[in-house]
Amino acid sequence: MISTVLDSLSWLLLLSGCACLLISAIGLLRMPDLFTRMHAAGIGDTLGAILVLAGLMLQAGLSITLVKLVLILFFLLFTSPTACHALARAALAGGQKPLLAENLNTENPISESSPTEQPLP
Amino acid sequence: MNRLVHGTSLALTLAVIWYLLSGHTEALLLGLGCGSAATITWLALRMDLIDHEGHPLHLTFRAPLFWVWLMWEIIKANGQVIKIILDPKLPINPRRFRVPASQKTDIGKVIYANSITLTPGTICLDVTESDLDIHALTADGELGLKSGEMDRLVTRLEGDS
Repeated sequence: MISTVLDSLSWLLLLSGCACLLISAIGLLRMPDLFTRMHAAGIGDTLGAILVLAGLMLQAGLSITLVKLVLILFFLLFTSPTACHALARAALAGGQKPLLAENLNTENPISESSPTEQPLP
Repeated sequence: MNRLVHGTSLALTLAVIWYLLSGHTEALLLGLGCGSAATITWLALRMDLIDHEGHPLHLTFRAPLFWVWLMWEIIKANGQVIKIILDPKLPINPRRFRVPASQKTDIGKVIYANSITLTPGTICLDVTESDLDIHALTADGELGLKSGEMDRLVTRLEGDS
C-alpha cells in the first residue's frame, strides 16, 4: 500500500521534473538573446533537477543511493550558479551586449531585428 | 577558529564522504579512504587553503534555515519564469541594474550573488566591493531584489565572523 503511494508520488515528481526540463528547452528556443536564454536554462538547472532527483530519491528508499542523490543535488546547487555566472561574464567580456527592455520592439518582443548598439542603463 | 579545528573538520568530512560514496566496510577500502582524507588535508594545509573561506565552518548551523527559505524562493521564481515561457506573447522585460550588497566578507557576497543566480529570472553579472551587477528578466525580478530581503538574510547568515 505504502509502496504504491511512494511509487505514484515518485512518478509524479519525475514527470513534473521532465515537464520543467521541456519548458526550459522551449524557453531556450523562444528567448531573444543569450542573457534571457540563461534565465530559461535556469529552470532546468534548479526546479527540473530538484524534481527529478526528488523522484529518484523516493525510488531509492533509505539506502546509500539516497545519500549519493542528496550529494548530487547539493553539488549541483553549488556549481550551476557558478557556471552560469562564468558564462555571463565570458559573454560580457566577449562583447555581448544584453538586449534590454528599452531596445525591444514592444509590438513584437521576440523580433530579431533589434539594433546592434545597445546603450547600458 | 584556528587551523587545527578547520583541518580536523575537513579530514572528518572527507572521510565521511568517502565512506558514503563507497559504502564498503572492508579494512583495505576504509584504510585507503582515511589515507586519502589525511593526504588531502595535509596538502590543503601546506597550500594554506584551509580557512573560513575554504571551509566555512561558522555557517554550519545557520545555513539549513537559509536553504529552506532559498528553496521556496527558487520554486516561486520558477513558477513565474515558466508562466512567461508558456505565454504566447512572451512578456519579457529584460533589464540591467545594480543592487547594494551589505555583506562584509567575500564569502557573504559570493553567497548573495550565487543565491541571486540560482533564482531563475535574475542573474548576477559582476560583483564589486559594495554592489552587484544584475540582469533580470522582468520588472518583478528587479523589484524583488531591490526590496533587499535576500540581502538582509544573507548578511544575517554571514553573522559577525
